[in-house]
Amino acid sequence: MSTVQTTQAGLDARDARPEAGTPPGPRDDGRGGDAALRRLLHDPLALGAMGYVALVVVVGVFAPLIAPNSPNFVDLSQANAAPFSDGDFLLGGDSSGRDVLSRLLWATRGTLVACVIVLVVSTVVGVVGGLLAGYFRGRTEVVASWIADAIMALPGIVLLIALYSVIGPSIPTAMAVFGVLIAPANYRLVRAVVAQVRGELYIDAAKVSGLSDLRIVFRHVLTAVRAPILIQSGYVLAAGIGIQAGLEFLGLGNPSVPSWGGVLEQAFSAIYLNPQGVVAPAVLVSLTTLAFVLLGNALRDALQGSGRRRAATADRVAEARAARAARPSPSTAPEAEALVTVRGLAIGYPDGESDVRAVVDGVDLCVHRGEIHGLVGESGSGKSQTAFAMLGLLPKDATVLGGAVLFDGADLLADPRAMRRARGTRIAYVPQEPMSNLDPTITIGRQLTLGLRAVKRMSKDQARTHLLGLLGRVGIADPEAVFAMYPHQISGGMAQRVLITGAIAGDPELIVADEPTTALDVTVQADVLALLRELRDERGLGMLLVTHDLGVVADICDTVSVMRHGTIVEHQEVRALFAAPEHPYTRELLSSALDPEEA
Amino acid sequence: MIGFTLRRLASALLLVVVVTCATFLLIFSDGATIARATLGESATQEAVEAKAVQLGLDQPVVTQYLDWVQGVLHGSLGNSYFTGEPVTAMLLTRLPVTLSLTVIVVLLTALISVLVGTLAAVRGGWLDRGLQLLAVAGAAVPGFIVAIILVLTVAVGWGALPATGYVPVTTDPGGWARSLVLPVLAILVGSVGGAAQQFRGAISDVLQQDFVRTLRSRGIGEFPIVARHVLRAAAAPGLTILSLQTIGMLGGVVLIEQVFALPGVGDLALETTMRSDVPVVMGCVVFTVLVVVVVNLVADVVGAWINPKVRLA
Repeated sequence: MSTVQTTQAGLDARDARPEAGTPPGPRDDGRGGDAALRRLLHDPLALGAMGYVALVVVVGVFAPLIAPNSPNFVDLSQANAAPFSDGDFLLGGDSSGRDVLSRLLWATRGTLVACVIVLVVSTVVGVVGGLLAGYFRGRTEVVASWIADAIMALPGIVLLIALYSVIGPSIPTAMAVFGVLIAPANYRLVRAVVAQVRGELYIDAAKVSGLSDLRIVFRHVLTAVRAPILIQSGYVLAAGIGIQAGLEFLGLGNPSVPSWGGVLEQAFSAIYLNPQGVVAPAVLVSLTTLAFVLLGNALRDALQGSGRRRAATADRVAEARAARAARPSPSTAPEAEALVTVRGLAIGYPDGESDVRAVVDGVDLCVHRGEIHGLVGESGSGKSQTAFAMLGLLPKDATVLGGAVLFDGADLLADPRAMRRARGTRIAYVPQEPMSNLDPTITIGRQLTLGLRAVKRMSKDQARTHLLGLLGRVGIADPEAVFAMYPHQISGGMAQRVLITGAIAGDPELIVADEPTTALDVTVQADVLALLRELRDERGLGMLLVTHDLGVVADICDTVSVMRHGTIVEHQEVRALFAAPEHPYTRELLSSALDPEEA
Repeated sequence: MIGFTLRRLASALLLVVVVTCATFLLIFSDGATIARATLGESATQEAVEAKAVQLGLDQPVVTQYLDWVQGVLHGSLGNSYFTGEPVTAMLLTRLPVTLSLTVIVVLLTALISVLVGTLAAVRGGWLDRGLQLLAVAGAAVPGFIVAIILVLTVAVGWGALPATGYVPVTTDPGGWARSLVLPVLAILVGSVGGAAQQFRGAISDVLQQDFVRTLRSRGIGEFPIVARHVLRAAAAPGLTILSLQTIGMLGGVVLIEQVFALPGVGDLALETTMRSDVPVVMGCVVFTVLVVVVVNLVADVVGAWINPKVRLA
């Protein structure tokens, strides 16, 4: 359970909670800098935030020139004057008759100083700590990480209040302490990046070329952590400003220096006399923290790019579909006596900002009852996508660009509800990786029962009896025991038998098996193939078997379709295919499979 | 499972010891200043020195710490420098306020975040975008400012609810509930924004796992898949999220107590730190650390219990 301690990096444990838990993107630096800057400048929110921050800095620096009054100038007639009232003070006066606007403008300087302190302290402490821990590892890292966890586990503001008797009414000192308290966020980032970079070859290469350790650390690691630290800084500053205003609001600041939190506190204690008085300082603090959070988010999107990959627009999908529809399509009629017929299936994925790229492009195939149909191809050929489309289980980003999946004459692709009704009862699925396809948190019996009772009207006991029988049938020696077990307690081969049980439990007519033996031990592979063949014989099942393994095809399939680049290049009866492959690609596949080095 | 719990317990204990020790050494490092602060600026040097001796502040700080630990082992956190009242008694009068607030907020945060986060992950659309906005706003606007805005609009402007004050539940349950509505709301804006957004991520992660696709292939509907399988699998990360939110919230509670004039532990800490009543301050730190540790411990143990790999080990 060490993950519990480490999954959330950053400010989440602090008083402000932006999403700082995103893992660092150590390699997104330098080279992508120009593109990142361009992306940042095209983001209106980021531009707004940067503009606002720049304005705050300018106001802070030139406060004495901009502010209409000195922060301690008193006009008693303006005590508790509302903002925009007739008096001389634009934002009204506080309870002592001082000009709120001038005090806020002057207080900007204190905020800027606090920002610089928090940023410098948290970055220096976090980066140096992370560099040392990540580079020297061993005991240094254990101790440093424990300290970081301990600091993160505490609410910073409580400690700052407790330390008031030591720190005194000094916001800069308090912010330096806060910098240390928030440093673990940077520490974790840097340590993770160092550990990663450290394992990479170029550090070894640098060592060989005789660079000293420290220079290696500085040159390589600092480049790699620049981007994540920059992103983190936005969140650190937002948290810092919130904490600073909070401390001042609590009265722990220096009362003789104007501050945003101080103005807010004065306005708040006079809220019944001058209700609008709290608005300006509250808005000022909120806007500034918001600007830094938005800046952090924008930097994250710009520097770690992939964060915001938009789905292709509806227009593009419609265009792609229309383009495909315009092509002459051979036929949409189901093949005679086929259990399932796939016609002109095309599947697209968003590519870049607005394009759709077809990964399956006009696939036709059919599976008859009692037939095992092999779908062969290398990875990326679109064979698994074809299988998922037949189950109506394509990933979220995928779009069906065209085609039909005809099951007993009805197009399931066009009717998601019919597809859902067919799943489990007519079409079933046997996955590739047995372990990851079982719910790890509940027993095997329970998950099989839930699945079966979702599609068949059965009592729990009936389902149990039925499933125990099936588990015995698929070759599990002690069905009762396995029924009560959790997935992590059984072997991969057994898990695959459990999944086959789940697939046949609803008594389907077609099974789509996606590389059902690839993840298994060689000795188990033959058993599972034999089991599938027996089940086909007993139940007259049609089967679509997706595989890259021509040995599996030769062993079990009746017919074969060879897939490449999203299309079927050859379709033959299995013996004919091995005896006389027609397509050059099939010949290539066959010869590489026969290559002794491959075997 | 028992071994796991014991290990977490030991590490929690270590955290309590280290943090309280470090804080004690820092707070009590300058006995003379504390003695002067308790007497006021005008006190003579002799009076300050006498006071330091009287309070034991003339001793080396390590000796003071060992004495304090001795007291803790006998159930005493020392006495207030000002009233002479035992610190434990002072804390006990403040506990109901802070605990009511914290427990209600944690429960509501959990409930709302699970609902909203799950819906946003499963449905997407406007709910998802709305949640992202809330998460940014919740992260950006400090809780006490939300509280001030609530006081300004609901309490002062609209007059619907009391702006300040606390009514013990034993005196008047209705008044107690009314006095907590705004404080709870003020904290919820931030905590739900953050927690729901992270919980949405946890649910999305589970939804993308292979076993969910296999469950769908069995013909199970989307709702039972989410209710029976996905939520369970997302419980462990969800607990981590909630425990971190709770800890983050403890800091915010101090400010919220000030805004709404609630006499809680945070208020006690602030009041006593300003007059250097350090034994009481130390008591408040102990309370906070204990809450942190208990929350972490509960989250870890429950999270482990949900995971059969750990539970059955």
